[in-house]
This record gives sequence, structure tokens and C-alpha cells, in this order.
Amino acid sequence: MPARIIQSNETPFTKVTVDPVTLEVIENALRNARIEMDATLVRTAMSPGIREQGDAFPLIADHKGRMIVGQFGSYIGPFLEGFEGTVEEGDMIFLSDPYSVGGAISHSNDWLVLLPVFKDGRLLAYTSMFGHQSDIGGKVVGSMPIDARSIFEEGVRIPPVKIWKKGEYNEDLIKLIMHQTRKPDWCSADLNALIASCRVAARRVIELAGRFGDDVYTSACEELLARNHRAMEHLIATSIGEAPVSFEDYVCDDGLGYGPYKIKCTMWREGGKVHLDFTGTDPQSQASINFFLNENMLRMFFGIYMIMVFDPQILFNDGFYDLIEVHIPEGSLLKPKFPAALSGRTHALGRIFDILGGLLGQKTPEFLCAAGFSSSPHLFYSGFDAKGKWFQLFQIGFGGIPGKPMGDGPDGHSLWPGFTNVPNEFLERYFPLIIERYETVPDSGGPGLHRGGNGIQMTYKFLEKGTIAIHDDRWFTVPWGVNGGEPGARARKILEKADGTSQVVGNKVEDLEVEAGDRLHFITWGGGGWGDPLERDPALVALEVEQGLVTAGGARRYGVVLKDGQVDASATEALRTKIRAERPAQSGPFNFGPDIETLRANCLAETGLPAPKKPVALRHTAAA
Amino acid sequence: MTYRLGVDVGGTFTDLLLLEEETGAFWRHKTPSTPADSSVGILNGVEAICQKAGITPADIEVFLHGTTVATNAVLEGKGARVGLIVTQGYRQIMQIARSFVPGGLAGWIVWPKPKPLAALLDTYEVGGRMDAQGDELAPLNEAEVRAALEKLKAQGVEAITVSLMNAYLNGAHEKRVGELAAEILPNAPVSLSHEVLPEMQEYERTLTTVANAAVRPIVSRYVSNLRGKLRAAGMAGKLSLLRSDGGLMSSEKSEEHPVALLMSGPAGGVTGALWVGKNAGIKNILTLDVGGTSTDVALIENLEARRVRTTEVGHLSVRASALDVKTVGAGGGSIAYVPELTKALRVGPQSAGAVPGPVAYGKGGELPTVTDANVVLGYLPEALLGGTFKLDREGAKKAVQTIADSLGIGLFEAARGIIDIVNENMFGALRMISVQQGYDPRDFAVMGFGGAGPLHVNAVAKLMNSWPAISPVSPGVLCALGDATTRMRTETARSFSKRVEDTSQEEVIALLEEMAAQTRGELLADGVPEAQIVSQFEIDVRYEGQAFEVPLSIDADTLRKDGLKGITDRFDAEHKRLFTFNMETPHELVNLRAVAMGAALNLPAAPLPVGNGDPSEAKIRDHELWMDGSLHPAVIYDRAKLKQGDVIPGPAIVIEMDSTTLIELGCVGKVDAVGNILINLA
Repeated sequence: MPARIIQSNETPFTKVTVDPVTLEVIENALRNARIEMDATLVRTAMSPGIREQGDAFPLIADHKGRMIVGQFGSYIGPFLEGFEGTVEEGDMIFLSDPYSVGGAISHSNDWLVLLPVFKDGRLLAYTSMFGHQSDIGGKVVGSMPIDARSIFEEGVRIPPVKIWKKGEYNEDLIKLIMHQTRKPDWCSADLNALIASCRVAARRVIELAGRFGDDVYTSACEELLARNHRAMEHLIATSIGEAPVSFEDYVCDDGLGYGPYKIKCTMWREGGKVHLDFTGTDPQSQASINFFLNENMLRMFFGIYMIMVFDPQILFNDGFYDLIEVHIPEGSLLKPKFPAALSGRTHALGRIFDILGGLLGQKTPEFLCAAGFSSSPHLFYSGFDAKGKWFQLFQIGFGGIPGKPMGDGPDGHSLWPGFTNVPNEFLERYFPLIIERYETVPDSGGPGLHRGGNGIQMTYKFLEKGTIAIHDDRWFTVPWGVNGGEPGARARKILEKADGTSQVVGNKVEDLEVEAGDRLHFITWGGGGWGDPLERDPALVALEVEQGLVTAGGARRYGVVLKDGQVDASATEALRTKIRAERPAQSGPFNFGPDIETLRANCLAETGLPAPKKPVALRHTAAA
Repeated sequence: MTYRLGVDVGGTFTDLLLLEEETGAFWRHKTPSTPADSSVGILNGVEAICQKAGITPADIEVFLHGTTVATNAVLEGKGARVGLIVTQGYRQIMQIARSFVPGGLAGWIVWPKPKPLAALLDTYEVGGRMDAQGDELAPLNEAEVRAALEKLKAQGVEAITVSLMNAYLNGAHEKRVGELAAEILPNAPVSLSHEVLPEMQEYERTLTTVANAAVRPIVSRYVSNLRGKLRAAGMAGKLSLLRSDGGLMSSEKSEEHPVALLMSGPAGGVTGALWVGKNAGIKNILTLDVGGTSTDVALIENLEARRVRTTEVGHLSVRASALDVKTVGAGGGSIAYVPELTKALRVGPQSAGAVPGPVAYGKGGELPTVTDANVVLGYLPEALLGGTFKLDREGAKKAVQTIADSLGIGLFEAARGIIDIVNENMFGALRMISVQQGYDPRDFAVMGFGGAGPLHVNAVAKLMNSWPAISPVSPGVLCALGDATTRMRTETARSFSKRVEDTSQEEVIALLEEMAAQTRGELLADGVPEAQIVSQFEIDVRYEGQAFEVPLSIDADTLRKDGLKGITDRFDAEHKRLFTFNMETPHELVNLRAVAMGAALNLPAAPLPVGNGDPSEAKIRDHELWMDGSLHPAVIYDRAKLKQGDVIPGPAIVIEMDSTTLIELGCVGKVDAVGNILINLA
């Protein structure tokens, strides 16, 4: 039974005509309200995940729950569908169970606060925000056990409940929840921050309706939705073909020795609508790399990639959703069955962007970028320091931005919006470690006319015995290049023990013991290259060799020969001619590197790790 | 008679304001800027304004100057070639920066790869390491330092910067590198990060040090050239520059520490607003400085402008105190357009700039701008700049008509739409610095200045519900006025990063006293008499683990009396005001700062003759303008002829040399004792 909305004033809003100027003013005001939400959050949150890395997402929706401003699309519809209770003035809803909102939040670490906004007894809007909590209890520090077999191992899981019920605060509920986490201080601050952000936005919406009138406000929301609909209708008709195009990419492994997991999407236009069909995607994993992909979130990602280019000032909203049909097979990696573990979903989430880019780019090469939205590498390090005080670090790493039509991908930057690195002096001050090296890895960016960004090598020297966990991907399959560009380098992790021995460690490991004096070399992926590397200016290649971003050996992949650091023009010309003559003709715009079987065969030799085994379908889930 | 001269060099005009200290009498002058060598324009202006006042440059006691020379050097990448020495393993510190990519999801697709301020080729790493307690982990590898310096010398760098890990806690290695640099490159200035900015966060400290070194030669050349020319013209007085934080520093000091000048330009307007507010008896002010391409806003509470610890220049965030000025891409030159795809009306951030400029300026602009909309509506009548410059109203109408046609609405509706949207953008920026900081805008007045501020201030006050809307005296040269009326200031800061429970009042006071002695010494060296120097402390406080700090000002006596408890109580109150909640988490003292200031000037403003409340003597002619959906009769007044106490019913327009004030329908303007127009709802 869907949620029951209780209003003391049942008068429906009247649809009125909104002049174009008022509409712009309301759009601007909502945009500003959203900026205020972000600012409030960052300033009051405490966990490094939110305060330094901005891992939180705001939403303002209309009274029907459709997103008017935000980033990831509205989850309010699915929530209301599944919520067996009332929504009343003075309520504030809190949840973290992905299965309760159709995957709109995709692992239990994301805490979501939803505030129905009432004005004069009528439901006027919703404001909402969710943010990643650094620890919600469960079997491992950080609460994202890669080897979890079910969501029950991933910490506290909160069904939709009310923190405030008709204005009354449920203190016991919060006590109960905070009792489950290793970091109640961070969680309390972050939850307060989410609440403060929603309240700020609610005040803005009420002010706005007060200023223009409730009917004008709600009608303006309708019109903003309709405007997105019209824009998207036009874009779909002009840039999506009727003939199906497919694209597939992989999550390398599941941390339990199986992989790679294929994600496949086919896209076509039919009757004015675009279809995105994930048939052919591998079955769900028994580990936690499953990504419960919400259909609306996918629609939003798709829309952002489409609209961005044509009117970057537009406020993305839900208005165009009915133009996009999404099919995700049940029991697949992207729609796993309860109680599948979900915490390690970041790899598949990142991969969705590579897939969208690859799909759209086939018809419109002007949009095509290389691969690299590949992962959001995590490191966890925890233990007791010399004074017996508990420490736990959760850090997100960065890598190479792909080569793109506009130019080179930056080295060692973030593909996620709003993320920043944590200063190493901060890490050294608050955690028992030294960062001995923090540099990008030469040659790791894929060669191209526009070079892919280099990945980062970060060397941690641990000063205390403790436990680490690593979550990364793109160590087995490569970040592909496009339009003649070559793939970027893969990620790898090396543990150099205090005794001088050294070992390659996996890219998805839990509970790895480290000793004081051990060094971890955490190396991330490089972005794929864009365009023919033989057309890159040899002088620029020479400069980048001198800068240490490319090696002299690496320069040869651009057909550039150096002599005493200078371009040897004739040798370069000769080498380029030779490469052009000998290289195989490109079939299509993508360079995926070797095929999966070849990667498997060479895996141990190339990566130092055994090849992952082909995934098998689980007994209780139907094959996709 | 003592004369102070404020000079503000903008992109188009150089503004001068000459103030006589005892009577408050002032003269103003605007002269075209001379971008190739700004001193030419300045000297032209000095000559002209002295003539107006009947004095010679020798009569000018203090020459005060706000400049964008440092800002432009950074924005245009024209700084000096800087060599950078870093800790082993950190050569790419400027390349990686904070890994941040602006824009939303997919923003990376359109973001260009930035060039670091110190070239990677000119960056070398050296062995040696301090830990996070300031203890030496590995000794400095002097052989590597020498080798690096020799290479930098061969490469021809103009300045050396040194930024080593954890140097904010122990600068010994940096000092040694500095000594070797002085030996190997005796002519290159050397900047050490622990001296420029003894604070945690290696990227920000390095960037700030590099930015300082990069702009140093340019600022130094600029200042010494200007000083030379002023001396040659007979001006023997002091030359001081306006800092980003609204204080002044001697021109000599500015040559050493130019990073403090990066927001010198916008700071002038805010200090000008402070002076106006003081004389008008208005203590809480939101400032609205509307220029051609952008609008700067700031908040003044109880005649103190809010400060922030970072200066944003382009995509760089430099650690230097600045007034908390927010900028939005909305100004007179902002271009209005209707994207084909969405049929939405957009205004800015693209700007027609000074060239080609708005259509109405007749300099080749063809796209409709905010200025054109103001012209169409009748808010900007016929002539700017005292009648020498005619506006092309027909051209403006034609351009705005294209917008009206795309939207299917009337010409005036489209023009007012453009104005409403740009006002809304300004409103958004003002809300960020007021409501969002926990201030109630109803407790504030709004002051509009810059060329177009007084045109928009009435409408923005309506949106904010902040009254009165103030059109200050001489709104077009308020920056120069600010330069002329502020005081000397200097500060020093360092990272502290301790929980309150892990430190003591004595430790904090001892450190602050040491820092205060340093800043007082700096002002003494700049010629400020000991007796005039006022010292103040600031402590940045947060709940341990937060990314956000609240800076709290305090003096030594209060700190002794109330102890650290007094500080944490104030923090809790401020946190509650900002975010509506407090926490059990321990308090952390993050940074300590000592500020030293010269004497506050007690400059009077010259009173206007008292009138009888009727402004008709100042009336130029009847006029017509479009507002609230229809044309209305209005009156145009000459500001120079207004008297104290004159009451101007809206709609009305008040014109002067370089600015136009719009009083909207339903509002009324009143001229105060010193010539400010205070607009309220009728």
C-alpha cells in the first residue's frame, strides 16, 4: 500500500499561467537554494568522506515528488509507493535501505533524509539529501566488506522511519542507530548536516511560494518539468538513431576471484522514446560489487550527458523521464535480488558513465571521450595507535581523466563532481602514517592526440600495526582509448614489507594486516587516450618527457624519438611512418586493448595476480 | 590643510578622489585608464584633480591606491618564472593540486587541463623530511639542494620558492635551502613557505608561496615606477596600497608581500561603503558593486566587513585574508539570450565587456545586454558621463526586440525580464552572504555603487526586504573613496590544531603575544607611531573534525578574563546561529592570528546645504519610464543640485557624472546630510 499523505488543507493547487520571466526567476531561486544545501552540508559535516570529498547529493522535489533541482533524480516516487505509513506535517523521514527505494540510494552507507514541506496545511514540496557515512558498523571498518555475501553483513540498515513524527523527535531511534556505528561522532554530525541542509531548502521553497503565490510556484514547477521534456524530446529525435547500438564494459572482479562481470547496454529510438536495455549484463555477484541501479537515476545520468552540451544553464529535472524506457534484467549485476550485498557498488556505478559515453559517442563522435570513469578507489586503514587510541581512515583516490575532444585529460584528478583530495599534511597529523610519495605515474595516461591523464602513485608508510582494505578496479580490463587513442594503464597495488620483501596485492582485499614500517604503493588507473598519438606535436611529447609525465620510452608510443632530450625530427618521421604502415587498421572508434581471453592468459605475468575466474550464476537468481 | 588622495585603477577608467581631512571637502575625477602603463593615467588624473582643488601634488600627504596589477598577473599568467623546491616525492604537487574538477557530473568533459603557476620543469625535489610533529625524520640532502639550485639558475628562473612537507611546524630545512639559494642565486628573491604562510595543507601553502613570488617582480616594478613618477611630479607624501582585507600597507611592504593585494580592487568598494555607512549612521550594510561584467557583494555588520581566509583568483584559491566578497557574473554588460532548445531567457555570464560593449554604447556591440534593457525601459536616460556620451536608444530597442520576439512577449516586458533576472542573480549572491550566514537581511541596508549599482539597488532592496536602499555620494568613485579612508593593517597567522583540553590559556596567549610583537614591529617599520597601533587576536575554532572554522576576534584582556571557555562559548553561539545546532564534540583551536592596525581615521563628510524638502530646483526635465507593467511619468534630477532633506518621490532618476540612481514606483528617496540618497518604501 502506498504512503498516505495527510494534509489539513486539501485544496488542490490551481494551474495558472506563469510568464517566462517569473519562470526564470523561480528557476534561478531554486538553483540558489540547492547551492545553499551543498554549502550548509559541507560546513557542518564531519566525516572526511563528506567534508573533504563532498560525497553527498541534494534534491528539491515538487509536491508530487518529482525532482525540480538535484543531481541524481528523484527517489521519492518509489519511496511513496513502498512506504506503508503517513506523510504529515512535522514529519522527517530517514532511511538507508537501498531495497526500500528501488536502489535510489545504492548501498546502506548512504543515509537519506526526506523532509515533506508543508505550507498552510498543504504539501508543497519535498527536500531531501543523502550522504555517505564513513562507518555504519558491520563486519569491517568502513562498512563496505567486499566479501560480504549478503546485505546483513554491511552494517545497520535503516528502513524508512520517522526521525520527527508530527514535530516530535524520536531520540531513541537515533540512539539505537548511533549504537551500531564505530564512528557515532561523525555519523551524528553528518546526520545533523543532512537535516540542516533539508531545512534550509524547505525555508527557501516556502519563501518562494510566499513571494509569488503557491499556485504560481507549483505551476512554475510543472512548466520547468515540461521544458525539460520538450528539450529532451528534441534531442532524442535528432541525435539517437532507430537502429540499435550496443556497448559493453566490465567490472574486473568481485574480490572473491570471479570476473570480469560484463555490463551491456543497447540503445535505440522507437516512437519518440529512447530505450536503454541492459539485457546481456552478467548475473549478480555473490559478493558486494552489485549495483542496484535505479531506473530514474539512469534516466538522469543519460539526460545530463545529453543536455549539458546544448544549454548548460538548464536546471536538470525529472520532466523527461517518460521519454526514456529502461530495462534492467532481474537478478543481474544491476538489479540483484534481496538480500544481495551492495556496499561495493562504486565500481559498477563508475562504469555506467563509461558505458553511457561509449553508447552516445558512437553516433556523435564529437561527444566521445575515452574511458576512465572507472572507479573510485578506496583505502581503509585502522587500528590502535601507540596511546591505545582507535584510528580509522577511509580515503578516496583519484586517477587519470580521459582524453577528450577538448584536449588532454588532467593528471591525477577526480571524475566525480565536487571531490577533492585530503591534504597529506592532514593525514600525517591525524593518522599514524607518512606519505612518502604523491605523484602521477609517467606513461599511465593513454597515448593520443589528446593524452589521457596519468594515474597517481601514493606511497603510504604505516607507522602502526593495523588492518587495511583496498577497493579498486580497472586492474584487469583497460581504460579504453577512442578515435585512434590508446588505452591507459591499469591500476595496481604493491605492499613493500618492512623486511624489504615486496608483494603485489589484490585490488579488492579486506582485512590485510600491515606492520609498522610497511609501505603500500597505491597506484590508480590512467585515462584512455583520444585521437591518433602519431598526430601529437612532437615538441609537446618532448616537453612532457622533460616534465616527467611521459618517459623517453613512452614517447616512442607517439612515434617520437628523442636525442639528448630534443626531438630527433627525421628519426621521428621515420618511426611514425613505420608505425602507420605496420599498425592494424582500426575497426571502429574504440581501442579496448586485448580481448578478455588474452587478458586472462597474460594476467599473472602482466599484473602479478592470478586471472579471475568466469562468474557463475547463483542458484537462487534467474540468469539475466 | 591635509590632503589624502585615493586612486582606483579599473579596466576602463581611473577614479580619483581627493579628500581634505579637516573639513571633509572632496573632489573627484575620472580619467581613461592607460593599460600599457597605468601610471600615465594616474598622473593625468593627479594633475587634473590637483587643478580642480587648487593645490599641487606636493600638498598630498598620503597617496592611497587600490590596484588589480597583482590579480591580472595571476589571471593572465604573466607572473615571473618561479623555481620551486619541494620534498622528495612531491614534484607534481602543483600539477595534482587538490584533484578538484569544477562543474557538475560530466563537468570534466569541458574542463581544460590547467597550467600550474610554477612550471613542472622548474620544480625539483630534494631529500630530507620533517614529520607531522615537526621532528626531523631525515636530514636535508644538501647535495641535492645545490644541484637543484644550479639547474634552476641555468634555466633562468627569476625567483626561488621553497615549500617542504610539514615546514609549517619546523622551517629549519627551508631556511637552509634559502641560505644555499642566496649563495647560488644571489640575485633571485627567495620565498620560504613557512614564512609566507605557516599553516597546514601543503598544496595551499605552496600555491600561496608561489603566487607571492610570481607576482612580486611585477608588483615591484609597478610600484617603483609609480613611486618614481609621483616623486618626479612633486608628491613627497606616503604611498600606501590597499590590501585584499581592506587594510592599507606601505608600498614597500607590498613589494615583499604582494599576495595580500590579490583582491585589492573589490576591497576598495567595501571600505568606501564603510566610510559612507559611518557618516550616514547606518551600521549594517550589504554592498552591491555592479560593474560591466560582474557584481561584487559583501556584508558589513556593525561597521565591520566580514573577512575570509582565502582569496579566490580565477581557479586558484590562495591563502591570504580578504574581505568576504562574493562575485556573480551579472553586470551591465551581461548578454541576454534565448537558447533555441529550451526557449528560456538567460542573462550572462557571457558579457559584452568594454569592447564591443552594450549596443547602446554604439561601439559595435550587437547583442542585447542589461545596460540596453535599462536604456529601453528609460532607467538610463540619454547621456552618461556628464553629457559627453550619448546612448543609442534605438539600437538598444532593436537588440532587446530580438529577445521579445523569441519569447513572444512585448519589448518592455522583455527588457524588464532581463532586469528582473539580473536582479535575481544579485539577490542570490546577497543571500549567500547574509541569510546563509545566519543573518536576517531585514536588519541590513543595501548600498549600490559602481557604475550601475544605484540603478539596481532599489529593486534588489525590494527583493531582500533590506531598507533603506542607499545610493552613496559619488557611487562611481566609491572604490577610490575607500582607498582614501581606510587604515593601515597587517597580520600574521599560524596553524595551531590543538583541542582546547590539550592546551592552556597561557600557551595560547604566549603565542599570540609573540605574533602580536611581530605585527606591531611591521607597522612600526612602516612608520606608524607606536601609540597608534591597535592589536587584535583572532582564533579559528571548530568542532574537532569539521572542515569549517569560525574565526573569533578577541583582545588580550578579554582572553585573560574569560579564558578559553569564553572562546568556546562564543563559538557555540555562532555555530548555533549558523546551523541551528551544537555538538558534544571537543573544540579545536585551528589557527591563531595576530592583527595590528594603525589609527582609525576620523574623517568627516562635508555636509550639503539644507533644503526645504522640495527637490524641484534640481529637476532637469520630465521623463517617462516603464515599470510595473506600464509607462509612467517620471522626473530626472541633477544630483549635484540636490540639497539636504530633499524628498524625491518615485519613479525618478537622479543623474551625475558617472552614475545614475533609479528610484522605483512606490518608493521615495531622501537626501541625507552628506548627500547620500536613502530610498525607502513610500
